[in-house]
Amino acid sequence: MGKRVAVVGVGMTRQRSSRPDVNGQELIHEAVRAALADAGMKRDDIDAVVIGNMDHFEGINYVDTWSVDGSGALMKPIMKLTTGGTTGSTVAMAAYYHVASGLFDRVLAIGWEKNSESDTTGAIITAFDPFWDRPIFAGAVAGLALEATQYMHLTGATEEDAAYVAVRERRHALNNPFAHLHINLTVEDVMNSPYLSWPVKMGDMCPRTDGACALVFASEDLVEEFPNQPAWILAVADRHLWAYTSDPYVNQALENGWWFPALEWAAREVYDKVGVREPLKEIDVAELYLPYSFAGLRYMESLGFCPRGGGPELVRSGATDMGGECPVNPSGGVMSSNAIGATGLLRVAECALQIQGRAEDRQVPDVRLALATGFGGCFWSDVLLMGREKPERSRG
Amino acid sequence: MEPVAVVGVGMTRMERERRPDGYADLVYEAVCLALADAGMTIDQVDNVVTISNDFFDGRTISSMAVQDACGSYDKNISTVEGDGAFGAFYGLMRILSGSFGTTLVCAHHKGSESDMSLITNAMFDPVYERSLGIEAVTSAALQARAYMDRYGVSEEDCALVSVKNRANALRNPLAQLPLELTVEEVMSSPYLAEPLKVLDCCPVSDGAAALVLASAERARKAAGKPVWVRGVAHCCDAYHLGDRDLSDVRALQRAAAKAYSMAGIDDPAREIDVVELYDAFSYMELMWLEGLGFCGRGEAGRLTAGGATSLEGNTPVNASGGCLAGNPVLVAGLNRIIECALQVRGEAGEHQVEGVRTAVAQGINGPCGQSHCVWVLGGER
Amino acid sequence: MEDWRTGQEILVMEGRIKVPYRWAAGETGTRYLQALRDEMRFLGTRCPQCGVVYHPPRRHCPDCGTECEWRELASRGVLVTYTVVRRHHSQLTPLDIPFAYGIIRLEGADTGFLHLLHEFAEGELRAGMEVEAVFATEREGSVRDVRYFRPLREAV
Repeated sequence: MGKRVAVVGVGMTRQRSSRPDVNGQELIHEAVRAALADAGMKRDDIDAVVIGNMDHFEGINYVDTWSVDGSGALMKPIMKLTTGGTTGSTVAMAAYYHVASGLFDRVLAIGWEKNSESDTTGAIITAFDPFWDRPIFAGAVAGLALEATQYMHLTGATEEDAAYVAVRERRHALNNPFAHLHINLTVEDVMNSPYLSWPVKMGDMCPRTDGACALVFASEDLVEEFPNQPAWILAVADRHLWAYTSDPYVNQALENGWWFPALEWAAREVYDKVGVREPLKEIDVAELYLPYSFAGLRYMESLGFCPRGGGPELVRSGATDMGGECPVNPSGGVMSSNAIGATGLLRVAECALQIQGRAEDRQVPDVRLALATGFGGCFWSDVLLMGREKPERSRG
Repeated sequence: MEPVAVVGVGMTRMERERRPDGYADLVYEAVCLALADAGMTIDQVDNVVTISNDFFDGRTISSMAVQDACGSYDKNISTVEGDGAFGAFYGLMRILSGSFGTTLVCAHHKGSESDMSLITNAMFDPVYERSLGIEAVTSAALQARAYMDRYGVSEEDCALVSVKNRANALRNPLAQLPLELTVEEVMSSPYLAEPLKVLDCCPVSDGAAALVLASAERARKAAGKPVWVRGVAHCCDAYHLGDRDLSDVRALQRAAAKAYSMAGIDDPAREIDVVELYDAFSYMELMWLEGLGFCGRGEAGRLTAGGATSLEGNTPVNASGGCLAGNPVLVAGLNRIIECALQVRGEAGEHQVEGVRTAVAQGINGPCGQSHCVWVLGGER
Repeated sequence: MEDWRTGQEILVMEGRIKVPYRWAAGETGTRYLQALRDEMRFLGTRCPQCGVVYHPPRRHCPDCGTECEWRELASRGVLVTYTVVRRHHSQLTPLDIPFAYGIIRLEGADTGFLHLLHEFAEGELRAGMEVEAVFATEREGSVRDVRYFRPLREAV
């Protein structure tokens, strides 16, 4: 049986549009230093390091070995993981498995990106199949717009419904000094922002960000050593289902009743492990990887927070606002900061802070159960459930 | 560590260019071989770890291209970007966590589809080093020179490794470069970057590999003889080449010490029967042998000349032909583990070494063996 | 699907990843490169904790993470190791063949610096020999503002 694992240290840089004052290793160092200080540790105390980013955003090959000056992995084990947008949550899961395996007691997880150093869309285009997709396809925005169009067609949701999500995320970010965008938007502002790819407008999309995040994961045997209350990992699961752009839209998927299967199946797995039956009621706060506004409607349905097509009503009801039944993205989420390799890990970091009661102006009262997700690749999903109480047993 | 076994292995043939198949096709082939070897269907695979690199594949999120091919549909899956030995390590940890009973690990590489020099140039720091044009071969040459200067190792000592491994490859039907060579032929091959000559260097390769790891309980249900993971560890040295003494092998020594301690090995030269290590360049076999503790520093050349590492020797090294006989990067570390597993099972075919009970495999990441991963495998738990 | 393959020529699609990069040198790197460009001086950084002088400069010590302080280095030093390159690569090779890569430990530094070597005679390079930097006349704030290092020529 594996070890139970908790997050015991959190470090993040302020998320900014550009950080020319530091190179990549120095940016990583900022987050690592903050995480170690937060956990009351020195570099020597770390047993292993896990790091992730997306290669073509900085054009650096073998980032694990390149990062050593900043990641502090000198003469330690370091491993790199990359799964696109899910990279940060993938790194969190890898740190979890490192500790749960019993081979390492204190593991540093690092996610980072300097999106200012390249052409993000130019790099994302290369994610798609060179024969079938790449010659005709235009990066992340277009892929998301296809999903939004399909969602509107199936449910009757409107662009205005989505704008409510965009407004909520930016309003929440005003409480988070680490967030990249601090803008007070109205639904009208979003509706009047220029189209990028119909129906997705500028106001619906995440920004490009420079930033890093580092977390310390520790074994149940040691959690007493750390100054912070442990934020326990209760369960993790992922589904990275498809290879081609058009795969998620096949008719067969809809005929089989699938909505967003990667997220539904991964969420079902963690809910089953922890025994969550009514997510909206039982989960106290959610930090979700919502790369654009329409995700804040559809993904709530796939996560079981409301029935299919119920996303717009849920969001308009205020249930996902601060003070609502389950606040979503008190940090401001991905639509307010998106240093892609860090983004998924930041969701886990924010859940840890919420569980520990250290989220300051963005704190949700009395958080016992928190949900973090990662999104990326070809509509892939990572899901982590975290909690205040030590789980009865390891449930990976 | 709870017992975990390698229960299924699959390797494609290594080729200079396998044009008819994309790398997803290669992965599918290797995965099918590994499942057949384990006597398992894809339904019995609890989770998957793929191994790929966005630069080598010319593709952001390179793992996306093999999600179908590796059979990960509705399974937990993750991707390690690095050598196969590291990816397999993650697959092992996912079993040890108690969350999964089996892990399928697969890696692919099509060196034929790009320019290895440009890609390995991107390992170097963009501000301080990359514009100098340094890449895998030229950086390795710096290390070869540092090692040879420090320990008085000759180019002939290194050439002998190339002769031995290419000859071993004559017995391996999956090898790309089986050659009957003489030291003189290696010595008279043209220099790429002194002291490295064409025949000191691994070829560019296409290939894929897969293996299935299983917990003790699940290993009992597998078809073949389980090969147990007795110890495994990795360690990373400094990044900038000038921060390191390139002739030093301290990261490998630390990884080996931990893996040996897990496996209860005190005297590797006596207790380990066969070694598969990452000989991307001939000198590397000598350096890594010393780092793995098979002889003192600077003694591996003599050890090799004395025949101890030949197929008939005391500790055969790279009986498969090693990376010098085929180096699909990333796949290579997985191939080392698989070759060790086959040796322990006694199923390595023409290059089988007699009476193998314990084997050591090694993989590397980064320039000049900056990061090392060491596996100890054995027939007994 | 196998029978179809017989005698077919497999089509290949040529491609190139075209992503422009703008790597920030950061404050530490910028000061270093400015000194190379404007003053033809090498700067290293010293860890006050470990006492190690790093070159190229590090904002924080790679070993202990402590913030480093600036140190001036000489523009000559010792060749630690080298390789004479005999193969030309159309997009990478920076100088006429044969040139060499070397790791050079500048006077005042504890770590080596990867750079180019030129203006050496066949067989002249040796580990431990002294080398000196040759600066470019046109300098733009990059490590290539040093054209290369060459065996130290004593002043006549």
